[in-house]
Amino acid sequence: MNKYKKVVKTPIIIENPIAVQILGICSALAVTSKLETSIVMALAVMFVVSFSNLAISLIRNHIPGSIRIIVEMTIIASLVIIADQIIKAFAYNVSKQLSVYVGLIITNCILMGRAEAFAMKNPPLLSFLDGIGNGLGYAFVLLFVGFFRELLGSGKLLGFQVLPVYTEGGWYIPNGLLLLPPSTFFLIGLLIWWLRTMNPEKAED
Amino acid sequence: MSNEGTQKTLLVALGVCLVCSILVSGAAVGLKGIQDRNRELDKLKNILQAGDLYSEGADIKKVYEERIRPEIVELSSGNLLTSDRYDAVLDPAAFDLKAIAKNPAYSRLLPADVDKAQIKSAPNFMVIYEVMDQDQVQKYILPIVGKGLWSTMYGFIALDKDLSTVRGFTFYGHGETPGLGGEVDNPRWKQIWNGKQIFDESGELKIEVIKSSVDPDSPDAKYEIDGLSGATITTRGVDATVKFWLGENGFGPFLAKLRGGVADHE
Repeated sequence: MNKYKKVVKTPIIIENPIAVQILGICSALAVTSKLETSIVMALAVMFVVSFSNLAISLIRNHIPGSIRIIVEMTIIASLVIIADQIIKAFAYNVSKQLSVYVGLIITNCILMGRAEAFAMKNPPLLSFLDGIGNGLGYAFVLLFVGFFRELLGSGKLLGFQVLPVYTEGGWYIPNGLLLLPPSTFFLIGLLIWWLRTMNPEKAED
Repeated sequence: MSNEGTQKTLLVALGVCLVCSILVSGAAVGLKGIQDRNRELDKLKNILQAGDLYSEGADIKKVYEERIRPEIVELSSGNLLTSDRYDAVLDPAAFDLKAIAKNPAYSRLLPADVDKAQIKSAPNFMVIYEVMDQDQVQKYILPIVGKGLWSTMYGFIALDKDLSTVRGFTFYGHGETPGLGGEVDNPRWKQIWNGKQIFDESGELKIEVIKSSVDPDSPDAKYEIDGLSGATITTRGVDATVKFWLGENGFGPFLAKLRGGVADHE
């Protein structure tokens, strides 16, 4: 496997940012009660992490060590604001549901983590692809969690009724717990269990 | 030049800030037009939904202009303002509920025993929307605001021209728990409000959101709305909000004037 393919592929499952690196859990709890918000959030994070990796990598040889973190934060914060503005302009209803969480991407540990661990040491294209890969890994978890939370919590997928709920005359009694943020811990816990069973070398002793 | 020198540090910091600020302000300025239009349309859409005039794909602006007539009510007297009293704040088209409640010149602090809806300060003026049909008012859409469990909830209640029958009920802004209190924007629940009576024969405020399901055989069934299960505090908030805004500190004087047939511009 060549190195470009590898940086995109490994973070999706093997080095998944949420399930293996345990970064960015907070937003995964907050925005996943519906699949639609999960998708938009995942796209926003993918956009920000890939372009911040690219920008930081481009100037990595000129960033003074003393202001390294601040420079990274400035770039990340600017990209987040741009993403937020774009969502407000083109996906207004979703932006209302995401509310502050798009802005909070700034504090998403995946971004700083990848900037520090990867973009500061690697050339631009590779860093950009690492951002895409980690964005996909984040998206994978968000979609997984969003899928089950929306399906079991409200019997819907992307707003369409899949399981007829009893309040509408169907048979399905929605599980309210799935609509509350803590349920994400159960789902991510199960996901980590599954991933570590598949890749036993990732399991800690 | 070494990376660690003061000069280089300042240069990099300045450069990064400059580039980032240009990008950010570019995005903000460039997209402002679209965003403002979205916000405006969203507001009009909510008004149309409360008045049961909204359908998917309809031209929101056109329907609004044809069917809705906004007015401003002075809450204490119940009078409608004539257009010569409109100013930057009291402008039916640009009325901003959040801003006016914070503006001491146009609002008043509520004492704790009056403040059932827990909004702390109430505006002295409110915008209302009349749903017109050939120059006749069919419905009155009244904005309501009050606190739920987590958030301040913003909504509308639409009254029939008989001034007691509910013709529409909606919350367009809230941050209640999805699936529990968040069900305040569930279409089925909003539908329950339709046709309920707000006042009894003697004009007493009777409408109530009760804690469980309404017994259809009860004589009070027409005044009662099912509470939301699993959302006691949100339900209580909705109940208090509706009672506050339809009561004497809210639209009470306005409704009384209308009932007397003289709620015209003064």
